[in-house]
Amino acid sequence: MKRFLSATAFFGGLIVLWQLLYDAHIWSPVLVPSPGSVATYLKEATADGTLLESTVITIKRLLIGYLIGIVGGLPLGLLTARWGLLSDTVGTMSLGLQTLPSTCWIPLALLWFGQTEAAMLFVVIMGTLWSVGIATDTGVRNVPPIYRRAAMTMGSKNLHLWLKVILPASLPFVVSGMKQGWAFAWRSLMAAEIYVTILTGFGLGQLLHFGREQQAMEQVIGVMIIIVVIGLLADKIFFSPIEKFLYRRWGTSSQ
Amino acid sequence: MHSPKGLSWHPRIVSSVKEELEVVAPSKLSIDSVSKTFKGGRSGDVHALDQVSLKVGEGEFVCLVGASGCGKSTLLNIIAGLEKPDSGAVMADGKPIAGPGRERLVMFQEAALFPWLDVMGNVLFGLKLKPGLQKKDRLDVARYYLELVGLSRFERANIHELSGGMKQRVALARALAPNPRVLLMDEPFAALDALTREQLYGDIQRIWKARKKTIVFVTHNVREAACLGDRVVLFSPHPGRVQEEFVVDLPRPRDINSVDLAGYASRITRSLKGFTKPEVEVGE
Repeated sequence: MKRFLSATAFFGGLIVLWQLLYDAHIWSPVLVPSPGSVATYLKEATADGTLLESTVITIKRLLIGYLIGIVGGLPLGLLTARWGLLSDTVGTMSLGLQTLPSTCWIPLALLWFGQTEAAMLFVVIMGTLWSVGIATDTGVRNVPPIYRRAAMTMGSKNLHLWLKVILPASLPFVVSGMKQGWAFAWRSLMAAEIYVTILTGFGLGQLLHFGREQQAMEQVIGVMIIIVVIGLLADKIFFSPIEKFLYRRWGTSSQ
Repeated sequence: MHSPKGLSWHPRIVSSVKEELEVVAPSKLSIDSVSKTFKGGRSGDVHALDQVSLKVGEGEFVCLVGASGCGKSTLLNIIAGLEKPDSGAVMADGKPIAGPGRERLVMFQEAALFPWLDVMGNVLFGLKLKPGLQKKDRLDVARYYLELVGLSRFERANIHELSGGMKQRVALARALAPNPRVLLMDEPFAALDALTREQLYGDIQRIWKARKKTIVFVTHNVREAACLGDRVVLFSPHPGRVQEEFVVDLPRPRDINSVDLAGYASRITRSLKGFTKPEVEVGE
């Protein structure tokens, strides 16, 4: 409760400060709109459904691409950690592609898939896949050999050994990889939506882009706030509980 | 998760907790001229074991003592099935040991508990791999062993919350839970403080008596070996060889601080000094 109050007070203070700056008329209202006008935009855009529709489109792209990235990245990492040949070939390629800023996939995705959902998904998947794969690979390599030995004496082998020992043992690495993958995917999706009009649906990035085209600063700021809130919620709802679990079980932070 | 419900019609795997907790016959181990060389180390090949032969009787408590590098841990790993000898034969109850198996469970120096599971989860790990047990049976069996090592209250504790001694107790419960015939212990108490260790000496003797296991116990602490073993086998390093054996003929439970025990320990130490450089810890 105390934490909630201090957070509320802080953000309340920020809005007051913003209002004061607006009232001081230092900058043109076109550049610094009032908190009230942003609130009005958010209210109207919510009422006519554009905001909700865009949010749903963006989150859908993100979640589907992210899940595919994880589902592909986990086995990718397990395989490269297990076999030297795969590590030297696919592993090296993953490392290279992971260092590639995932926005760089956008031109290629557009040429391959056109202005479609597939292009958006592709960009998100490329942001997630390599990060998760490499983190899983690192995690598996960092599993103390004694866990494997202890499990083997108790009769664990093959798939059981991988699923019940090696994968959970590398969880702290995997989770930080998933978090990094999320960050890459989220950023590159926004970049893609801002710079490319996707004909199959207007996401939050497109809303941001239209705001700029119409010189509607209250829309730009309003959509930015929504994007920040989504990022915060993802952290609080998804990553925070996992990290708390890791912290409780391992006794260490995953960072 | 692994309860074989769909198979419950099969009469062979129907098993009750009572059956599961019955004392199983301990194994007889026979090690016959086993040699092992680790190739390509930084200092060239390491000749860990050279023509080592050893017999361990059913339900016997044998301690292997020697300086580091005498191959005693390697021998333990070979008995566990985690490593293969270059030559020689290792048999349990007349059958060659082909690989690791739950008949012979190992307790390592570091507890090797799984940090992603709580105490109960760790003790259940081996039980879940044993066919024919229902979920409730497994829980009952796990609770029995947690009680046996005195950790009933810590079922839901996380591993990092436990002290070193408690971790080794959980490791002991985990190793005992699938009811193995042989318990292999690789310096399990080396990292613990003297007081905790003394408690565990008492516990391990009590549990050994209650559960009737064949125990092979590796240590570099002579007094510990004399306290626990029916027999103490001395190894010499480079290459690892069996040099001498002592039968410790003292009543149990033995107290690590008793005078008789000190007598045995100093005799063993003297003998050990005859063929090793002074790397060995000679009691506390």
